[in-house]
Amino acid sequence: MAKQLAIHRLRARKPLDEQSIDRFLQLHDVPVVEGEHCTFLYRGQADEVWVRHRIVGQPQRVPMRRLGETSLWFVVLELPAGSRVEYQLEVRHGEHYEQGNDPLNPHVANSPVGSSSVCQATGYAVPDWVHPDPDARPGEIIDLTVQSGALRRRTEARVYLPARFRMTHSYPLLVVHDGDDYLHYAAMKTVLDNLIHRLDMAETVVVFSNPGDRNREYANSVQHARFVVKELIPTLEDQFPLLTTPSGRCLMGASFGAVASLSTAYRYPDVFGSLILQSGSFVFTDIGTDHDGGPVFDPVVRFMNRYRAAPRKVAGRLFVSCGTYEPLIVPNRSMVPVFERAGMRVRYVEARDGHSWEDWRDRLRDGLSWIFPGPQKYVYE
Amino acid sequence: MDQSGIVLLGPQRRPGLDKVVAGLQLDGPFATITAGWQEREVADSELQEHLGGRAVNLALWSRRQEILDRDPDFAAAHRARQAELSDMQELYQIGVSHTSRAITELREQTERSSRSREFALRDAEEVLRSLDRRHLERVRDIDAEFYDLTRPHEHPLIAAHRAEVAQVLAQTEAVVIAGGHVAELLDALHLFNVVPAGLDRLPIIAWSAGAMVLTERVVLFNDNAIRGPRPPEVYDDGLALLRDTVVLPSAHKRLHMNNTDRMSLLARRFAPALCVPLDPGARVDVPADGALPAGTPVIGTSGGLSCVVTAPPAEESIDG
Repeated sequence: MAKQLAIHRLRARKPLDEQSIDRFLQLHDVPVVEGEHCTFLYRGQADEVWVRHRIVGQPQRVPMRRLGETSLWFVVLELPAGSRVEYQLEVRHGEHYEQGNDPLNPHVANSPVGSSSVCQATGYAVPDWVHPDPDARPGEIIDLTVQSGALRRRTEARVYLPARFRMTHSYPLLVVHDGDDYLHYAAMKTVLDNLIHRLDMAETVVVFSNPGDRNREYANSVQHARFVVKELIPTLEDQFPLLTTPSGRCLMGASFGAVASLSTAYRYPDVFGSLILQSGSFVFTDIGTDHDGGPVFDPVVRFMNRYRAAPRKVAGRLFVSCGTYEPLIVPNRSMVPVFERAGMRVRYVEARDGHSWEDWRDRLRDGLSWIFPGPQKYVYE
Repeated sequence: MDQSGIVLLGPQRRPGLDKVVAGLQLDGPFATITAGWQEREVADSELQEHLGGRAVNLALWSRRQEILDRDPDFAAAHRARQAELSDMQELYQIGVSHTSRAITELREQTERSSRSREFALRDAEEVLRSLDRRHLERVRDIDAEFYDLTRPHEHPLIAAHRAEVAQVLAQTEAVVIAGGHVAELLDALHLFNVVPAGLDRLPIIAWSAGAMVLTERVVLFNDNAIRGPRPPEVYDDGLALLRDTVVLPSAHKRLHMNNTDRMSLLARRFAPALCVPLDPGARVDVPADGALPAGTPVIGTSGGLSCVVTAPPAEESIDG
């Protein structure tokens, strides 16, 4: 017989008082993960409490129940193995609603728009290559300013040089959209140090580029594409010893950054050998032009519809990833055969995760080691 | 130890080199080659300790770096050759991958007549061997072109380094070659002409990449790469001090040893050479004639582990 969930064992306890809840919370991490059952908890006075998450296809505002007459609220959600879910709690006091992170859960994910609590379901573990490894020699990050005529602004970027960087070598180049966010929220400097140290990834020069008006520059902008190809890359090639063939160049981004990567490669199809597209905002319409993305998505939808009508090869290889819990899973899955029919090699990876920086972080090893594989096959210690 | 015998060891994460040296009654001086460690080449204090402080590091990687830094013409030609070899390796690898997939698919055709399937499998395996053979020939051509074009012996700096290396080897009782990056190691060994300089006349103790470079052809392999298993690939000629042998360091870690189809293909592909796993703790004492001694573990053509039961001819020494 299946073991009763901890919350139900607590419910059955007599007397069910605040002391027994104190002990319960001391004994359990929150949410309480038991197999695929995750018990979310809130403790405090309230009239109603909800778990708010963004898992597509599921009710995203899940009411919690009060445990007897106590101050503890709970709800059990079923999350398949390997899931990582970001959520917040919403609490109602009379007419007053408040939303915030789960005070009982120390796991928090950060992003440019704030933080969320994280439920790490059974089978999920933060990859070990995300944490600093004292044995991994650190690369260097240097600032790079490029005055862009195309964008009519000064652009600020960060350049990562691998630990054993030498001017006498030639390195592949990875151009990252939303660069500072990848550094801050996806631990990308640490990830690069570790993957290069472990020989999973080739020594690579990485430029972390940043947008000005992101919604405009990343939504199929001719000016942005010109900046990347005609200004940023030539500047880098002047300053650093880079491979100058398409196979030595990769463009990557997440969400709108993936659109920017795809549309830049679309305008300059002979420049990039590969793209890493994470949770691309590849919204399209099959009939008409109505979509639910709001005006900011208008240029994206126009671009995607045009691309789908006449797909063409924009790079040799595409690494495409998406979370199965995000609404963009449908357009991303739909684009895979389109990309393949255009003659590109596609490696498509899904994870039980959402539209989040930690999801993109967790997929970096798959993507980077496929695009620029390390010298593992040559090393026999 | 035989005058010019070779001792092959498993990876030395927990080094047992001092005991090996003592057992062989070698007193030194030793020459060490740690070029596979690249920029960490001279971080060899532990190695020195195992050799009783009686070792001279040939510093082949540092010497090569100095040449690449100070001889721009040679460096440019070297870079061009490396780029071409790298392209060729990747293109050859595509051919090998497709052929290997075809072999897997053919094997799965269990409803067909076994005779027809066997013919098709043999043909595909022959394609694989032919790809290996031709790749190696082309690598040789590129190397020959490179040496013809650059004539390293006419570059004073290279000639000076070669002379120094030869001088150290002339005063050495035995040579120790460590593992690391096999391509970097092999390139340095070729550049400094270590075999004509006397390596073939000295006892050698080698492990991992150091053992691989002693064979006639260096075979790269890694079934456990993050991007998924890829079939083994021939890289280049080795120093050919070990005959009819493919050395597989950390075989149990790097290969799917339980996949007998995969291992069987590996053994048949490189036959008549024998595939020798060199796992931690392994030791193979090869006499001066370069033939593997009886008892040496090898991967048999059935895909399982077997042993050399008699000295050459090698074909008769493994299981069927």
